[in-house]
Amino acid sequence: MNPRRTPKALLASGIALLTIASLAACSSGAAETGGSDSASGPSGTDPDTFTVLSANENTTLATELDALAAGACKAEDKALPLEHETVAQADVVQKVTLLASQDSLPAHFIAGTAMVRPDGDLGAADLVLDYKSALTDLGVWDQILPAASSTIENVYGQMVSLPYQYNLEGIFYNKKIFAELGIEEPKTFDELLDASATLKDAGYTPFAEAGAAAWPLTRLIGMYAYRLVGPEAMTAIRDDKAKLTDDGYVEAAQAVADLADKGYFGQGFVSTDPAAATNAFLTGEAAMKYDGTWLLSNINDPAQNKIGEDNIGFMPFPAVDGGKGSIDQWPANAGTAFAMNPKSYGPKVGAWLKCIAENYGSQALADAGVISGFKVNEEVPDLPVTTAAIQEQVASVDETVLWFEALMDGKSTSLAQSNVSLLVTGQLSAEDYMSQLQQSIDQNR
Amino acid sequence: MKRVFGDRKTIIILLAPTLVLYIALKVVPVAWSLGLSFFEGNTLRGFTFVGIDNFAKFVQDPAGIQSLWVSIIFAVLATAGQIVFGYLLALLYVFVLRKGSAFIRTAVFFPMVLPTVAVALLFKSFVAVGDNQGPVNDVLNFLGLGSVEFLASTVGTMGVALAMTWWSSMGFYAVLLYTGLLDIPDEVIESARIDGANGIRLVRHIVLPLSLPILISSIIFSFNSTLKVFDSLLALNGGGPGTTTAPLTLYMYRTAFEYAEYGYGSTIALVLTLLCLVFTLAVFRSTSKKSAEA
Repeated sequence: MNPRRTPKALLASGIALLTIASLAACSSGAAETGGSDSASGPSGTDPDTFTVLSANENTTLATELDALAAGACKAEDKALPLEHETVAQADVVQKVTLLASQDSLPAHFIAGTAMVRPDGDLGAADLVLDYKSALTDLGVWDQILPAASSTIENVYGQMVSLPYQYNLEGIFYNKKIFAELGIEEPKTFDELLDASATLKDAGYTPFAEAGAAAWPLTRLIGMYAYRLVGPEAMTAIRDDKAKLTDDGYVEAAQAVADLADKGYFGQGFVSTDPAAATNAFLTGEAAMKYDGTWLLSNINDPAQNKIGEDNIGFMPFPAVDGGKGSIDQWPANAGTAFAMNPKSYGPKVGAWLKCIAENYGSQALADAGVISGFKVNEEVPDLPVTTAAIQEQVASVDETVLWFEALMDGKSTSLAQSNVSLLVTGQLSAEDYMSQLQQSIDQNR
Repeated sequence: MKRVFGDRKTIIILLAPTLVLYIALKVVPVAWSLGLSFFEGNTLRGFTFVGIDNFAKFVQDPAGIQSLWVSIIFAVLATAGQIVFGYLLALLYVFVLRKGSAFIRTAVFFPMVLPTVAVALLFKSFVAVGDNQGPVNDVLNFLGLGSVEFLASTVGTMGVALAMTWWSSMGFYAVLLYTGLLDIPDEVIESARIDGANGIRLVRHIVLPLSLPILISSIIFSFNSTLKVFDSLLALNGGGPGTTTAPLTLYMYRTAFEYAEYGYGSTIALVLTLLCLVFTLAVFRSTSKKSAEA
């Protein structure tokens, strides 16, 4: 050993020790981070601005809040001016974690699904406002549709998000192509397979499928499982009362792999992005598309929709023979989590919250055709035909289910979505797909 | 001048500003990251000291081990291609094109200045299938073969990633190695030729040994950059299909920033640093042996 190296080694060890010591000091400080009690009225301190942190990808929210600031919420905006900050959807967890640890969370912010749950990083630190008690105190709890609040509570375990969207998911289909080939709306999965075969033989792509985004594929697995195993299918997995390796779940993965194998998703679907898949459906190249009702903004845009809005039907995912689930159980979601910081929930922020709850529903529906989970207090005339039909559908839904990964932890969600491309290309069997996923869920429980 | 550099105080005064910056921007973050690898948590949840648990976790983590292999396989193949193609190009510049090589040198070097993400998107569209089919599948169709969805398979994605890396960087290594070849005195080449060494024998016995130092530097340089590959594989296929082409860097990024596990993320970063160190030392050792034998 070279004796001259000893001081260097000592220096390096010293730096490492110092680092560890400073981190250890840090740990106690960070653990103390906690929010104020959000149970009673606006108890925080108003910030200088009503800053809303939203995703770059979601321009509708910023546009509609701006419209409210210039209209129905003018007084609130004058008292506490609205400001926007944006973040890429993929960086939400990182950004919000950093902002929260620096005590710099904006008044109203987007957050990761797992973060706002009671045991999540924000939930455990008491950094998310309980909207139920806040809106009740403000006297506007009735402005949230019961279906929307129940969906939010199911996903996040508490009422910590505002329903800027309220989406049902199902299969959009091209009525003209169905009529041309004499296809009736499929009520069972077997009928869906027959319809797909007819469509493929006629030269159409049965399903426009955005495999690059992965979730459109995992949604199909989830829906098949809900129809076969029943509406408690994914709750049972969360509560460890069933395993994804049980027959019904494996059959669900196999069913989707078979759809891909038969070529019903079209050529190159694994690398197709959502915009290209939407384009394939709205130009009449593909006959069906499983999607959420957020697709309405594309359907209502004549520049994108070349098949005409009258030509689009919307049906639920069909029933599976012998399954315990029903075709009337619609998958629903209330958009991304949008929380409020209890520390900055003062009277002026409370006024903004009240104004949003009372006016966002009408504003978003009239302006962008977006169906939200807020009550629509003003009649919106001349609604596009598909929007009107879906709004009616939303109102008539009694029972909802969640989506495949809704109750999974972040890592398992990521695994479900990254491995699905291996499943649908035959590189991973349905058994292995489900067993790897179950293993991840068990490890992160 | 000698007096100035012989003065200890002067040396300290001249070095101090740069050294302080270097320590603040390089040494401290590295040490900080090293320290973090013994903790679990994040800035919001707080950190808990877990000793060597993160290292034990990595050894038993199938996703971590898979990423480690992806990094190693990619680095070995990418480096081999970059150096072999670069060296062949350098030989072409020096012995075939000679003084007329300037244009070819520039043209082959050009992709190096393009952003890797742009190159990845370009190659993605080259191999696309479906409505916007790319030229690669057009050629396959022209030859009577069916279209292939390259990015749907691990081998296909890795192949495209390697082709992309070679295409964009071989020009750089060609120029680097070209400068090494230019340093070989003409007289040595001439006398070897007079002695009857031509073609492959000339390259093997004269050119290769004389350009060994720059070749070794290139190999180390290439290994260290390809082991840290991130943006190109992320932009090409997001580390997919599945996570089969996700290198350590991508796994580290996801662990630290998507799952907010800073401690385990730092452990993965440390593994990557050790890997770079091991590769560099291995190349150094093998060459120092060769030099000693020579």
